[in-house]
Amino acid sequence: MKESVARFWREIPQRYNIIGNKCTVCGRVFFPPRESCPYCRRKSLGKMQKIQLSGKGKIVTYTIIHSATEDFEDQVPYPIAIVELDEGPRITAQIVDCKPEDVKIDMRVESTFRKIRQDGSTGAIYYGYKFRPMR
Amino acid sequence: MREVAVIGIGITKFGELWDKSFRQLIAEAGSKAIFDAGIEGKDIDALYIGSMSSGRFIGQEHVGALVADAAGFSHLHIPATRIEGACASGGLAVRQGYLSIASGVNDIVVVGGIEKMNDVAGASATETLATAADQEWEAFFGATFPGLYAMIATRHMHDYGTTKEQLAQVAVKNHANGAKNPYAQYKFEVTVEQVMAAVPVAHPLGLLDCSPVSDGAAAIVLCAMDKAKEFTDKPVKIIASGQASDTLPLHGRRDITTLDATVHAAKMAYKQANVTPKDIDVAEVHDCFTIAEICAIEDLGFVEKGKGGKAVEENITTLDGEIPVNTSGGLKAKGHPVGATGVAQIIEIVEQLRGEADKRQVEDARIGLAHNVGGSGATCVIHILEAI
Ligand SMILES: [Zn+2]
Repeated sequence: MKESVARFWREIPQRYNIIGNKCTVCGRVFFPPRESCPYCRRKSLGKMQKIQLSGKGKIVTYTIIHSATEDFEDQVPYPIAIVELDEGPRITAQIVDCKPEDVKIDMRVESTFRKIRQDGSTGAIYYGYKFRPMR
Repeated sequence: MREVAVIGIGITKFGELWDKSFRQLIAEAGSKAIFDAGIEGKDIDALYIGSMSSGRFIGQEHVGALVADAAGFSHLHIPATRIEGACASGGLAVRQGYLSIASGVNDIVVVGGIEKMNDVAGASATETLATAADQEWEAFFGATFPGLYAMIATRHMHDYGTTKEQLAQVAVKNHANGAKNPYAQYKFEVTVEQVMAAVPVAHPLGLLDCSPVSDGAAAIVLCAMDKAKEFTDKPVKIIASGQASDTLPLHGRRDITTLDATVHAAKMAYKQANVTPKDIDVAEVHDCFTIAEICAIEDLGFVEKGKGGKAVEENITTLDGEIPVNTSGGLKAKGHPVGATGVAQIIEIVEQLRGEADKRQVEDARIGLAHNVGGSGATCVIHILEAI
């Protein structure tokens, strides 16, 4: 199904630069950014502050995808993990720059800006974060 | 609230049903349920249809009215509503039917569940199933649906020492049960070695850890308890209906290996039924992947958290075990036409409580539980039924 480009560009700050936000009432950090804090509710309205996340964290769990959707078929096998960022939020991303079998729980990783996928050979190229072992 | 009973059940064979259309499948299941209940079209106050993604699987939305029409009820103008909650769509439809009778609005309703998944190519089916996950923050980055459950498995193994052999044993048990079910997609047994040697899908899960892509439909007739005796001498009472939600993406959960939606829906259901996990004689749980059954028996309180793998290894959940789980073969072997699953689970429990489960019959089964999950655990719906 063809998707509008707007659906992608409106998420660019989050996907390119890992911009999250912070509730200045309770200090909790969110990624992707939330309209309000689920804990402070209406008290947090207008008090959510954008923040740049460090992109550093550790692997909570992972898998190696062997059977992918059409968009990712050319990349298999690839590891994908849930990463807990040092600021707290957890995110799902591919792990690159290492062998799939080297990926382990609690491994320290850092974000890196990469191509995620492409719509055929002439279509749009989608970019975003992946993670690699911390150097 | 009024009491509600199941008075009729009907199911199609599950599998790759190339010669059957969406309409034929739901009409077959529906008419079987209506005959079983001994009701007529004019007795039906409402239809509730569970379907996850008819729009992507057959390019057809608006299937509430379509089903009423396919069943031959268009001239009766019965209110017909389609319900969606990913793989929990069927269970949610059962709950909506239940609530509509319990509230006093309706007396008799038909609840159907259906999915026709094989009219698209395999890769498209994988992509459609992935829409149960978070499209922007999981699927966009390459996470597949089996991949999410694989990540639950990796963490469960890390935290509790669960092994790949124990996962495989879930498949072995469910295939053994499926082999005894005439409606099952896979009527053959498998060995631990076969499951472990199957092609990898998402490490540590292989092909035989996954439920299949299936076509199929299931339907039940629900009736106010005070009227049920007019139609059947074997009504099965729904003594509880629980539902809960959680974050859409797996990474947002409190604990990767606990489905809090299951924990909360179970708490709600046990309280309403005034029973404990120990009182459950037979259960159908949502084993879309082998790890899902291990998490389910823990989160439902059948075994302690972390002991699910060990419980399977010790045969606690086999047909003659302490708490038989997925006597139908489960999603794994019976098949998983997603929208039909939650309704089909109720049918297995009703057959068990009526004493009509034949070679799969659990002796003296009196109280049964059905557990249906949507996505990687963002939706859970649980029903508890009792033989009268
Ligand atoms: Zn807050």
